[in-house]
Amino acid sequence: MQALKYARASSVDEAVQMLRDGGPNAKVLAGGTDIIVLARERRRKVELFVDIKHIAEVMALEYDATKGLTVGSATPLYRVYNDANILKHFPALTQSAHVIGGTAIQGRASLGGNLANSGPAGDSITAMMALNGTALIAGPGGRREVKIDEFCTGPGQNVLQAGEFIVSLHFPHPAAHSGSAWERFIPRNEMDIAVANSGTYLVLDGDVVTEARIALGAVGPKVFMVPVDSLVGKPLTDETIAAAGQAAKATATPIDDMRGSIKQRLHLSDILTQRTIRAAAERARA
Amino acid sequence: MTTTNSTHFVLSANINGERLEFLADERDSLLEALRERAGIRGPKEGCNNGNCGACSVLIEGVLVNSCLVMAAECQDANITTVEGLASPEGLSPLQQCFLEEAALQCGICTPGFLVASTALLEENPHPTEEEARFWLAGNLCRCTGYDKIIRAVLKAADQKDA
Ligand SMILES: Cc1cc2nc3c(=O)[nH]c(=O)nc-3n(C[C@H](O)[C@H](O)[C@H](O)COP(=O)(O)OP(=O)(O)OC[C@H]3O[C@@H](n4cnc5c(N)ncnc54)[C@H](O)[C@@H]3O)c2cc1C
Ligand code: FES
Ligand code: FES
Repeated sequence: MQALKYARASSVDEAVQMLRDGGPNAKVLAGGTDIIVLARERRRKVELFVDIKHIAEVMALEYDATKGLTVGSATPLYRVYNDANILKHFPALTQSAHVIGGTAIQGRASLGGNLANSGPAGDSITAMMALNGTALIAGPGGRREVKIDEFCTGPGQNVLQAGEFIVSLHFPHPAAHSGSAWERFIPRNEMDIAVANSGTYLVLDGDVVTEARIALGAVGPKVFMVPVDSLVGKPLTDETIAAAGQAAKATATPIDDMRGSIKQRLHLSDILTQRTIRAAAERARA
Repeated sequence: MTTTNSTHFVLSANINGERLEFLADERDSLLEALRERAGIRGPKEGCNNGNCGACSVLIEGVLVNSCLVMAAECQDANITTVEGLASPEGLSPLQQCFLEEAALQCGICTPGFLVASTALLEENPHPTEEEARFWLAGNLCRCTGYDKIIRAVLKAADQKDA
């Protein structure tokens, strides 16, 4: 490991101060499942780890039937997928949190770390985008909110400015007659990076879709939202679901790599979109 | 404050129920601190990047890869390694089942599997085979083909009924 120092922040303000004083080589340490590997393999220069796990707000998990859900940015994934309210009202989040790495990774890894890492295949990110999440960011200039679907700007790139970090993630309470679902495709059953992933949230009025949010990952340089014109205001039928799958495929700009080809990823964009729509609709009707 | 040289610090933690204090480096992972500073060599280094589970330990009862935790994060933590599973009276029931079912060959993965399976049975005393395999997916074994390990874990779970 490269020479580095460790500091424990006890408040949001102290973390901001440490990050600002530490400069560009001061890095937030949440679960460490990405950054410790990157630092050890010297793919990132790190001089200071700022541990944010001793700040109450950053480790929170609060559900309220009107206000919705707030998850601290460093709250470990096992707490997310073990939470009964999240399973009931935000199942897409449960599904994605449960497959990131294995059990020991989930003992540390966090939603904030997955988002800040901003990988095009970040599994929880598409679930959080579908659920219309917002990131609460603190920095030298105070606090601001950024919608999660606008957070990632490119592979490994995002809207965070120098000295800023994510405090928590907020999700509005889902509407009545709504449902959400998330799925990914990987060559093995667990412990691998997605070839494609998809998160969907939709609201039904009888058979008609009144709102839909569909996000795709690993099929472009960053995660993105799929246009939903073919679905919203229309009855949910095999035809409208197929049209949404086509819209997903038309928006995807995947690459060939060792995990999958362009052709396979385009196909998966279509198929996973259709599957998460169907699964979300089933939950909306339940 | 200089930021180019790492420094030593006193790590004070409860390890396997015993309060230990020893010098570690700020750049040490928990795995390195346990093995090289404290002489606790049960946790193994397989991959050093979170993929194999040989370094599995419990922190506050939660299963983690000790290669992905900084030692400095563990000030005052409660840590359990494979050394903490047996009691003076003998092996834990799970360890006994690993022996009876021949759930190990070279043994490098065994401390990790024992710690991870202990955490599983704590969380879910009667897992299905699928649940056990899913929980242990982050632990790799190059020798046994996994079936014997799963058999040992399910046997230990069965014995909890008795
Ligand atoms: C074996 C293995 C398997 C994995 N499998 C998956 C998988 O299936 N799917 C997947 O998506 N990922 C996977 N990952 C990657 C990783 O576990 C996830 O991205 C995880 O969510 C990162 O969270 P963390 O808390 O550990 O982040 P950290 O490693 O602590 O941080 C990640 C990055 O974000 C920054 N950061 C962290 N928190 C904040 C914050 N609150 N504000 C600002 N910046 C912050 C850090 O400085 C760092 O640059 C895997 C990793 C390993 C080692
Ligand atoms: S050595 Fe830690 S997971 Fe392999
Ligand atoms: S017994 Fe050899 S790796 Fe598992």
